[in-house]
Amino acid sequence: MSDTAPEAPPGTVKCLVWDLDNTLWHGTLLEDENVVLSEANRELIIGLDARGILQSVCSRNDHDIAWARLKALGVADYFVVPEIGWGPKSDAVRRITERLDFAPGTIAFIDDQPAERAEVAFHLPEVRCYAAQDAATLLSLPEFSPRSVTVDSRQRRTMYQAGFRRTDERERFAGSSEDFLRSLDMVMRIGRATDDELSRVEELTLRTSQMNATGVHYPDEVLRALLACPSHEVLVTTLTDRFGPHGAVGVVLLEKHERAWHLKLLATSCRVVAFGAGTIILNWLVDQAALAGVHLLADFRATDRNRVMEIAYRFAGLDEQPCGCRDEVSGSSGEDVLLLHLTPERREPPTTVRLIAPDLADRAPPRAGLPD
Amino acid sequence: MTTSPDRPVPEPAGDADTVRTDLLQFLAKHTGRDWAADADVFGNGGLSSIFAMELVVHLERTYGIAIRGADLRMDNFRTVRRMGSLVERLRQPAPGGSGA
Repeated sequence: MSDTAPEAPPGTVKCLVWDLDNTLWHGTLLEDENVVLSEANRELIIGLDARGILQSVCSRNDHDIAWARLKALGVADYFVVPEIGWGPKSDAVRRITERLDFAPGTIAFIDDQPAERAEVAFHLPEVRCYAAQDAATLLSLPEFSPRSVTVDSRQRRTMYQAGFRRTDERERFAGSSEDFLRSLDMVMRIGRATDDELSRVEELTLRTSQMNATGVHYPDEVLRALLACPSHEVLVTTLTDRFGPHGAVGVVLLEKHERAWHLKLLATSCRVVAFGAGTIILNWLVDQAALAGVHLLADFRATDRNRVMEIAYRFAGLDEQPCGCRDEVSGSSGEDVLLLHLTPERREPPTTVRLIAPDLADRAPPRAGLPD
Repeated sequence: MTTSPDRPVPEPAGDADTVRTDLLQFLAKHTGRDWAADADVFGNGGLSSIFAMELVVHLERTYGIAIRGADLRMDNFRTVRRMGSLVERLRQPAPGGSGA
């Protein structure tokens, strides 16, 4: 729940940046074009990829020649945002870090030249540097062994590659942002979570991210325990579009009372904020509550980072109105948490995504004559 | 009203027409179409609430206001006219607020 190790915890590496000559392959490409990729390194590349660790390239070479060689060796697809050129490697590693939007502390760099490692380490002290001969042991190191490997980690590289193509296309798109969203053919699936699916949203529940509406943290084990609880719904949202999968992007925790549904947690990945994922989920919940004939209550605690979600909640119509249904849940979420209220009406389905979602009303507790 | 001599005099506050013109331009730029001052921008075929955040931030930055709590309800943002009224109301100096 808390990061208790202040002295540089060995967090998992999210991207390994490879030097090419005499590191990834044997030989120097400019001297001999028949450089060799060892079986061990090929297995390492595939192994890291399967664990959801991204890989990139930082090499002093002619870009086109080196990239053609990586293709001929059958591994080019494994590398994202390659930096092949003649500038300082620290600059190249920094650009990779920025394009991936990762913290430098999550980047590793492997190079046979001590001087190159020293140059990178000098400018980017948080980047972890490894010598070429360390390659043999990387897969056994804790920093290259993520705690859980999920569907999303296995497809992480594909997700990033899709993301880059999407961004490119967005920059070239002339119409409005709504038109662009519609052009993506997005499909959003909301489903009741299983154990496996909860692992996919672990990052969302671990951090109090900017898209966590409540600002209230729900530890993973608490959510897992609620999976079997009939009065609770734990829902996971995934999103795909014509460029590829976004993976699991949202989690919802809902407690069903007789007169009201209590939305305790709505967190969405910051990757999908521009797609309005939070608003789409919220509107669907409002519609479901209308179908079930219950009011909607939602926890909200303003943090300095969840303004987007506050606006989504308020625009959805949640407010401070008094209502008898508040009695069912009052005081259950802590004093500093606002309990917002909404009397739901049917809502139109979203226009920018195709939504596939379960019918929540069928598991609602039996209603005993709503006073209204 | 006190104005510091080395700062430019701010634009006359509360000019509803200026706010309206600015908002119509902002909407046109972000949606690629023109809007009437009383058109329902969140209605059928209008803006989805994806746009809400940008709109709120734009209003706050441009007019130096803070839109909080119940003021964030969508009704206040439905038309350019209503957004203008909201800006005007929130620009009124709070009683007891510092004037310096």
